[in-house]
This record gives sequence, structure tokens and C-alpha cells, in this order.
Amino acid sequence: MGRSAYVIRRLLQAVPVVFAILILNFLLLHLAPGDAAQVLAGEAGSATPEYMAQLRQRFGLDRSLAVQLVLYVKQMLALDLGFSFRHSMPVLDLILARLGPTLLLMLTTLGLSVSAGIMLGLLAAARVGCWQDTLISVLALVSYATPLFWVGLMLIVVLSVKLDWLPTSGMETVDAFYEGWARVLDIGRHLVLPALSLSLFYLALYVRLMRAAVLEQAAMDYVTTARAKGLNEIRITLAHVMRNAVLPVVTVAGVQVGGLLGGSVVVESVFAWPGLGLLAFQSLFARDFNLLLGIFFLSACVVVVLNLAVDVVHTLLDPRIRP
Amino acid sequence: MKRFARRFARSRAGVLGVIVLATVVALAASAPLLFPGSPFRAVDRPFTPPLGPHLLGTDVLGRDVAAGLAHGARTSLSIGLLATSIAVVLGTIIGGLAGYYGGWIDDLLMRTTEFFQTIPTFLFAILLVAILAPSVKSIVLAIAIVNWPTVARLVRGEFLALRVREFVQSCIGLGMPDRRVIFRHILPNCLSPIIVTGSLSVATAILIESALSFLGLGDPNVMSWGFMIAAGRTFLRTAWWLCAIPGTAILLTVLAINLVGEGLNDALNPRLYISQRGEGGTEKRVRTLPA
Repeated sequence: MGRSAYVIRRLLQAVPVVFAILILNFLLLHLAPGDAAQVLAGEAGSATPEYMAQLRQRFGLDRSLAVQLVLYVKQMLALDLGFSFRHSMPVLDLILARLGPTLLLMLTTLGLSVSAGIMLGLLAAARVGCWQDTLISVLALVSYATPLFWVGLMLIVVLSVKLDWLPTSGMETVDAFYEGWARVLDIGRHLVLPALSLSLFYLALYVRLMRAAVLEQAAMDYVTTARAKGLNEIRITLAHVMRNAVLPVVTVAGVQVGGLLGGSVVVESVFAWPGLGLLAFQSLFARDFNLLLGIFFLSACVVVVLNLAVDVVHTLLDPRIRP
Repeated sequence: MKRFARRFARSRAGVLGVIVLATVVALAASAPLLFPGSPFRAVDRPFTPPLGPHLLGTDVLGRDVAAGLAHGARTSLSIGLLATSIAVVLGTIIGGLAGYYGGWIDDLLMRTTEFFQTIPTFLFAILLVAILAPSVKSIVLAIAIVNWPTVARLVRGEFLALRVREFVQSCIGLGMPDRRVIFRHILPNCLSPIIVTGSLSVATAILIESALSFLGLGDPNVMSWGFMIAAGRTFLRTAWWLCAIPGTAILLTVLAINLVGEGLNDALNPRLYISQRGEGGTEKRVRTLPA
């Protein structure tokens, strides 16, 4: 079976997950105080009575729960996520406009934490028992226990307020009207702090995983064989041990994608990064539950897609995993 | 018990963790004695610096930061413990059933578990608390829902491994009822990994609670560390310690719990592999690092 068949099979497996997310959303909608139309319309009073009546009719709120569920799923699958009165915009447009910055932040964080985690973990394992190992392990232990939002605030205090090196908030200097590379550089400067704060926890996780995996692999027979063949240590580590030790890190990185999205709510609201997380934070205050549910639904879908991507990367990395 | 204490004491990091954790517990327990009255009440002018008339100074509304810290410790620890207990019980039941019975029960329960690991759980916790209205009850529920899958996977793995062992097979062969096999023979044998995972997930629970209350989803009637950081956030330029102090408290508490958890792991199962903690939980089981 080829790789494309594998991708198709995995896509099919994602279908029930998306359905389950929809059902969960539906249940949450019904848990909220008031009837679903009130929740869907956002803040009380901001929707017209005609719109409320229209909503009640469209979602069949006078019918049985099962009928309501079917209507709701139909609606959501047509990607009609409703309307946000707070922003006077359809929820879907609102979310799509904010998806870019969040993906930029997430992918930067993912790349940063995985690559730095692999390198530091490798270094710690290569120098096991030395001061480098102790230093890296202690730092990992501390980062592992630090709340994301607090790291962000403390980085702001040190790097922005005291040293004035980096901007504290936003994604770009809007009033500077930068274009081309100047704009890219500007966004990059704004990206440093949020990406760093979000990376730290995952970096710590990957360092620990990588260190343990390298130590485990280094004791395997194939390493002895490679050594007996007369390969030098650097080649053994980079070409043999590392390829195997990276696998658990990639697996966990895939599982953590959902967590990363959750973390971005906190980090984005600290740095006013204009992504989905900040939107979620704002809709919390506006009590715009429908928008919040839409964000949850779409970000769950993003996670499903990213998980799929990680699985495909996995088959590329490890030929033993037959697609 | 004595042997266990001796083995635990061998890990210096674990002992350090116990000392820090004991201090936090003592602070939490004595909060109403040390700082009677509501921690929300103003005691002085706003923004008196630390080491003045009040040990850690006062915040924007003249509330005593030290009092907030002590009462916040109560909130963090009790919510962490409560949420973890629920998660451990739920995870043990689900993981145990899946591992013991296998077949379609296993399939159904494990797909559900995986589902809860795939969705962005923190976002789900936010939604749940926001919709149910922020209160200790809804926060505990949300954290428990986020944390149970890790326990379920661990317990399932243990049950699967123990299910095929001779002593369990002979119990089944003797016609012992399932309930007796599960509770008298299998469960006691997987208690130590459950205890270790449980202790680590108290740390996760405290981190989630602080993040929720930082976002303004804390119970408005109880003081919490996340709330203190959120309240001090606007004054980062002028009074950075208002954020630094409660944050350090979270960091130390979580670090101490992690150290205790790892110490427990080394003491309870010297040669055992345990599942690494992660926000979403992990499939790959890795050895914890030697102390």
C-alpha cells in the first residue's frame, strides 16, 4: 500500500473525530444557561428578536434533541458557524482572519522547541553526568514547572521594560507601514517573545525525552556493531543513534499539538498576538459563547490535520512503520 | 514503610521537594490563622513595596500580597488534589475496564480516551468553565476532564500486562468473580504507577488552575495565584514584583511536586518504566531520568 493510500485511510479515520467534536460542541451549547438561541446570538440584548426567532426556527429548538443535533451538525458541516454580534462579522470569517498569526506562532514554536530540544537532549546525553548534563537537566526541570503566561510576563519585564530590546505586544508596528523584508523583520521581532514563552515548556519536555531516548539507544547492539565497524563516534551519534532517538520526540510533538493551541490562548493574551487565542480570550469577556465554540471546533480540526501531518512525517522518518 | 522512606531519602531532589511542598502545605493550612479575614480586603495604601510594613507589600487595591499568597496556596492545593482524585478514579475505572475486558469495550473506551487527548484540552477546559460559570466546582470538573486520559492509558497498560500473568490466570481459572480479581489481585499491583502519575498530575492541575484564573476564569470568591498575577499584570512597568511573587510560588510548588513524584517513582518502582507527564499525555512510555 502506498503512502497516498495511507493518507486517505488516516483522513477517513479523522471523520468520526470531527463528528465527535461536533457532538461535544452541541452538548456544551446545551449546558449553557438560557436556551441555545440565546447562546448562539451572543450577548443578551444585542440580537434582534426577529433574529432570535429565526435562530430558534433554524435550529428546531421546539423539536426533540435528536432533531436539533442533526440540524446543528448539518449547519456546522456547511461551515455556517453563525454570526458574532460583538464583532458584527460571521464567525467563520473572524476565525479565518485570525488563523494565520496563530499558525505562524504555533509552527515557529513547534520548530524551535523540537529542534532545540533535540540538540540539547543530545548534548546532555553525550555529556551524561558532566556539568553540561546537570545544567541542561536542571533548566529543563525548572522550565517544566513554570506557567507559560508567567514566563511571558517575566520576559517582558527583563527584555522589553528593563533592556528595551524587543516589543511587548502585537504582531507588527502598524503605524510604521513597513513593506517587504522590513515588514518580515518587524514581525520576526514581535514573534520572538511569544514564541520563546510558548516554547519553553515543550522544549523542556523534548529535552528530557531526547536525553532518555539517546541513552537508551546508545546501549543497543547496533551501536556496538557500528563501533566495531570502525565508525567514529560523531557519525555513530548523528547517523545511527539520532535517527532512532528522534522518533519518540516526533510522536510526542504530534500529541502535544493540541496542548500548544491551548497554550497559545494564554500566550497570545499576554502579548496581544492577534491570533485565535486572543480572539478566544476576548470572546470570553464578551461572553460570546458561539464564537468560542466556533474557535474550539475549528482549532480541533486544525489539530486533527496537524496530527495527520506528523504521522506522515513519521512514516518518512521510520521505514519500519509500514503505511 | 521504613524501607520505602529510606529508599525515598536516597534521592536528594525528592527530599528537597518534600521540604518545599511541606512548607507550602503548612502555609496553606495556617492561612486563616496567619492572615485572618478576607484576603480581598484592603489593609493599607496601594503599592507599598515588599519588606515594608507588610512582608510582601500591597497590590493595586491595597490588598496584602502575603495574605493572598497564603490563601492562594489553599486554593491551588485543594483544587489540584480534588481534580486529580476525580481524574485518577475516572481514569482507573475506564483504563481498568478497557484493559481487563479487551475487545469492543477496549476499542470503545480507548477511542474515547484518544479523542480527549486529541482535542485542544485547555481550550475545552476554558469553554467548560466559561459556560458553567466560574466556580471551584466547574474548575475542578474541567481539570479532571483534561487529566483523566493520561491515567486511563497508564492503567490500561498495567491491566493488559497483569491480565496474562499466571496468578491472575489462576484466579480466573478458579472461577473467581471479575470484581474480586480486579480489586483484590490486579489493582493492588498497579497502585504504585498510579500513585506516581497521580502525584505528577497534581502539578499539571495546579498549572491549569493558575492559567484559568489568570484568564479571569477563577472562582471570584476565592483568592488564587493566577488571579494575583492577572491583577498585577497592568502594573508590570512600575511594580513587577506583584507578578513575580505569586508566579514564583506557582513555580516552586509545581517543581516541588514534580520532584516528589520522581522521588516516589524511584522509590516505588526502581526498575519500572513510567509514563512521562505531558499536557495531552503521551503514548510513548519513557524511563524517568535517573536522579
